[in-house]
Amino acid sequence: MRITVKLYALLGRYLPPGSKDNQTELEVDDGTTPAAVMRRLALPPEQCHLVLINGLYVPPGERDRQALADGDALAIWPPVAGG
Amino acid sequence: MSWTRTILRVDLTNGTCAPEPLNMGWAMKYLGQRGLATKYFVEETDPKVDPLSPDNKMIMATGPLTGTCASTAGRYSVITKGALTGAIACSNSGGFFGNEMKNAGYDMIIFEGRAPNPVYLLIQNDDARLLDASEFWGKSVWDTEEGIKAKHQDPLIRVASIGVSGEKGCKFACVVNDMHRAAGRSGVGTVMGSKNLKAVAIRGTLGVAVDDAPRFLAAADAGKKVLADNAVTGQGLPTFGTQVLMNVINETGALPTRNSREVQFDGAKDISAEAMAEKRVSDGKANLITNAACFACTIACGRVSAIERTHYTVAERPQYQVASGGLEYEAAWALGAATGVNDLDALTFANFICNEQGMDPISLGATVGAAMELFESGAIGTAETGGIELRFGSAEALTQVTELVGLGEGFGVDVGLGSKRLCEKYGNPDLSMTVKGQEFPAYDPRGIQGMGLTYATANRGACHLRSYTVASEILGVPEKTDPLTTDGKAALVKAFQDATAAVDSSGLCVFTTFAWTLDDIAPQIDAACEGSWSTDTLLEVGERIWTLERQYNLDAGFTGKDDSLPKRLLKDAAKTGPAKGLVNGLDKMLPEYYQLRGWTADGVPTNETLQRVAL
Repeated sequence: MRITVKLYALLGRYLPPGSKDNQTELEVDDGTTPAAVMRRLALPPEQCHLVLINGLYVPPGERDRQALADGDALAIWPPVAGG
Repeated sequence: MSWTRTILRVDLTNGTCAPEPLNMGWAMKYLGQRGLATKYFVEETDPKVDPLSPDNKMIMATGPLTGTCASTAGRYSVITKGALTGAIACSNSGGFFGNEMKNAGYDMIIFEGRAPNPVYLLIQNDDARLLDASEFWGKSVWDTEEGIKAKHQDPLIRVASIGVSGEKGCKFACVVNDMHRAAGRSGVGTVMGSKNLKAVAIRGTLGVAVDDAPRFLAAADAGKKVLADNAVTGQGLPTFGTQVLMNVINETGALPTRNSREVQFDGAKDISAEAMAEKRVSDGKANLITNAACFACTIACGRVSAIERTHYTVAERPQYQVASGGLEYEAAWALGAATGVNDLDALTFANFICNEQGMDPISLGATVGAAMELFESGAIGTAETGGIELRFGSAEALTQVTELVGLGEGFGVDVGLGSKRLCEKYGNPDLSMTVKGQEFPAYDPRGIQGMGLTYATANRGACHLRSYTVASEILGVPEKTDPLTTDGKAALVKAFQDATAAVDSSGLCVFTTFAWTLDDIAPQIDAACEGSWSTDTLLEVGERIWTLERQYNLDAGFTGKDDSLPKRLLKDAAKTGPAKGLVNGLDKMLPEYYQLRGWTADGVPTNETLQRVAL
């Protein structure tokens, strides 16, 4: 299945070369979790603060349990804030 | 200490400046800045006063920590009755001006009356004088600041001034200090303009004394270490600034877009922090040049940007081909998503003009968005706009209108009314995305439910800085809550409101609270100031301030019915994203909020509550 991975702020450097708009598409196995994608892209776990699937928050304890579905968008940020 | 114990009272009508002792009894109950100045303001003015009347007063106030070496301790606020809202107004600014006021020996400056002709106030320690400002009237903030420094041959003078928009009566005019830091919201600059007060220029060299210096230095150092070690204040904010939120809030489906018709903007990626940092193909340079810090700040979230020299906004205008104040998140949202414009350099240019002419970019962008909807719906046409095709997504229309508002000319006069008055004037009041007359900022309450209650109950009109529940609902600070539910949001909003009121009264920046709690702040205040200041004391002070502001608004004529939201947010469900199908559940949160506050079902503090908070 195919998913969209979006990596923002300092995590953008972990995207494959040639990626645009802070995102790339990945071919992944059925049942793949956010944690598995993070490992595949060598993302430092401590930098993966905000993890969203289709805009919905995935708590840290769910990141190696919640399965992604075909067409999902996985977006990840390091600790950020604003206002 | 660390108050200077001195107020400067400036009678603009009679042209006098006189120091007087600070009421230390009030300082112990209201701390400083927002709280203490509001107490003075409430005691000295009629709540029914016309904001633009000479009888309205305007106070510039520091906090007890302003001017000390605590991190971010350079803040000051402008307190008055807002020209945009008719409610209590308190707008907070960074930069270096607040520090200079404190070092000149003043906790606050109270302006009353109206000068018969334009004046500026010059303060050099205990020498305070009103001087003729006729040579600066009609000039921008930037020219005024440079002109005053040149006239007095002192580049170290710090200046807070209004631009042409404030002179011309734009309802959302700011007071801008240090070229691009602003007391931005509610039209405090409009009030300043109504008083014929062009600028306040200060050089202070007296120093700021603290109560227990060794203990204060230890507490301040401990606080700085917490900020440095925290991933948000130590890395995220200095590197990407507040603008890093653009993609976050868009992804979560809470980015108010095209006057809140939608909650996600397909151009968000083009106007984000990531876009600001990306090198352009044309010249190999990025929009973002560097970050910047205000006085004593160890976070340094400020943005300094430059526009591509061939961009249509600056190609023929070399004065704007410079490094200047760049886009912060709220400005980028209002000038961009709210108007559907995704041209980063056009937004940067509009932001420059807001700084140059002293306008609140939140209110400006949101009002342009409302005007675009009026135009597209046919409620107004080119006859009203002076020929401008005011359509969503038009960068040219945005920058044209921004310049007109800045100069108070043409259709800019209408937009300068603010969204509420503009939409009422053209027969579509429901198109105004405002609460108590103030445009709401960059978080859609359908996607972040707590922000609906935040906007509805904010004492200065819709505002994110009165209870930033986004920290909890989206960012997980101090702990994650679900943005799509109303459960628990009444207590969350009250907790944020009370704590923020205390921070806003201290002289510190509210951004410290991404890392600090009141447990980090209280020891710094306690060591610097006389009296005993604990976390509990600060929470009591915060609730007292909130209730005082509420009582003022009730006396001014507001009621619980004004604690509401635009119909669009309550009736029209979000069309996309996680909040698809949701409206804001204000009706579920507001009664619980009133109950937690100890207010009646109509939103009026009970006598027991007034006694409990010692009002």
